[in-house]
Amino acid sequence: MTVEDWLRQDRLPTIFCVGCGNGTVINCTLAAIDQSGWKKEETVFVSGIGCSSRAPGYISADSLHTTHGRALAFATGIKLANPDLKVVVFTGDGDLAAIGGNHFIHACRRNIDLTVVCMNNLIYGMTGGQGSPTTPPGALSTTTPYGSAEPAFDLCGLASAAGANYVARWTSYHVKELTAAIREGLAVPGFSFIEALVQCPTNYGRRNKFRQVLDQVEYFRTHAMLAQKAERMRESGEAVPENMFVVGEMLRRNRPALGVRR
Amino acid sequence: MQGNTACAEGALAAGCRFFGGYPITPSTEVAEHMAVRLPKIGGTFIQMEDEIAGIAAVIGASWTGTKAMTATSGPGFSLMMENIGYAVMTETPCVIINIQRGGPSTGQPTMGAQGDMLQCRFGSHGDYSIIALAPSSVQEMYDLTVTAFNLAERFRTPVFLMADEIVGHMRERLIIPDSVTSEERRPLEPGRLPFQADSGQVPGFPAFGRGYGVHVTGLTHDERGYPCATSPSVHEELVTRLVRKIETERDKIASFDVTNPGAETVFISYGAPSRTVEQVMHDLRRDDIGHLRLRLVWPFAESMLDVFRQAERFIVPEMNLGQMAREIERHTDREVIPVPKLGGALHSPGELIRVLEAAR
Repeated sequence: MTVEDWLRQDRLPTIFCVGCGNGTVINCTLAAIDQSGWKKEETVFVSGIGCSSRAPGYISADSLHTTHGRALAFATGIKLANPDLKVVVFTGDGDLAAIGGNHFIHACRRNIDLTVVCMNNLIYGMTGGQGSPTTPPGALSTTTPYGSAEPAFDLCGLASAAGANYVARWTSYHVKELTAAIREGLAVPGFSFIEALVQCPTNYGRRNKFRQVLDQVEYFRTHAMLAQKAERMRESGEAVPENMFVVGEMLRRNRPALGVRR
Repeated sequence: MQGNTACAEGALAAGCRFFGGYPITPSTEVAEHMAVRLPKIGGTFIQMEDEIAGIAAVIGASWTGTKAMTATSGPGFSLMMENIGYAVMTETPCVIINIQRGGPSTGQPTMGAQGDMLQCRFGSHGDYSIIALAPSSVQEMYDLTVTAFNLAERFRTPVFLMADEIVGHMRERLIIPDSVTSEERRPLEPGRLPFQADSGQVPGFPAFGRGYGVHVTGLTHDERGYPCATSPSVHEELVTRLVRKIETERDKIASFDVTNPGAETVFISYGAPSRTVEQVMHDLRRDDIGHLRLRLVWPFAESMLDVFRQAERFIVPEMNLGQMAREIERHTDREVIPVPKLGGALHSPGELIRVLEAAR
């Protein structure tokens, strides 16, 4: 099969804006699933509410598009009721870290066998560009018109601290690396969390000096620092520059997992 | 056996194999009993992080084709409302047990009430219909939980067991039948669209993992299950069908007991207050006093009232400020006398007898 075979052709084109990074992440996820040899009839896609959560609607497998923030709780029910099903959750920064924050923590703690792909666009895109828990300090949005005054959540740090078995971060620029990370996540038993930073030209970029679609993608390319390098810098007492963000595999371990057929 | 335990046993007899919930007084014994029993029979029990997650897990489990339920009380019931609407919209069979306690807010955690009767009917946003049952004995905690599962499967809708702390914590003799009638979910027929309703207005169920490749969304959707949220006609047709599939059957699924149909003065009751009415009926032994005891409260079948052709007045004792009395008033031109009671104690027989005397 190919990625094309996993799409509901009768639902295309998507509702995503021109230049949106979500399509790239869907592409990477389906490529990873296809490379892993998963079958449609054993795969379920679950999502909450937001731009990212529209993804399952375009994929030709069983899919549950649920309520805002609750995708992980619905997915927990599916996985525990039928551990033979392979469950992939699409979510976003608002869905996962704001309204769904508690479910995120507890799904990690349970280390339930799900693969979670978070499209982090740093903003509420669907509702027109309000600040989210990952909006960087100082960034402009419709609800932070003078610059966000709050620190942002480190979603990978949260997943690692709460108990996930696999944690990685890449961006819509790093297509091959992101695909490989999702493939790893699919294979690891337990909770796998892959954060994908995506450009949102319509609601984030145009307010934050990324005038062209590729400006933000270029920013991802030039400001991403490999986790290994960041670790080396920390070990040698150097500070990771504040304008850089860390990408790569953050964590891999083998805590006992829930929802795995023994 | 205790009412809450009988409820859990009824669920298991009906085929429930998944429980997702969160501890809350006075419903916790339901979860505790399921936690003991489900793992031994190949089922799944999970204590979620809150009631929102509890009902979400139940809905997720139901989409794998598993019969699933949760149990809660007032504050948890309030938290579940959004996902209850999701279950209505996506036509997900599930059972929600509400062992009612005094509200609003934290209210009286250990005391009985019937204050959520309108919340269960109208609590989630938008227009819809649901089914609600009200047990008044430990036996009915068992029997009506079985009924709740069967109705949920038949109508593909959330079904509520609106019990109360008194019935939930009451201990009575329970007769467990050798077997119960258990309705199985009708699968989606080949060649039909997943949300295409037949003449019975309930589509077959395309469970996950069987190759249907179904898309399920809380957005307004067409018969394919695809979002279609800006079409006035698709929305109107969908919501109308969701309401109609239940409301057109209300006379058929109505469940009630009638005593003295020729009476002029008729008690209407459901849940724990029925016990006081039964005591009064027993003590007075009068033909001119009747009793309509509801087992199924929503959808309210107004034809039940027509049984009492000579009725001049309906007396409605409730452990709230007259929630179902309001519904009864809507359907009759006879006098309706609400007998509200708050605080957690049952009406005493004396209180009801005084209402009878005052009514003449």
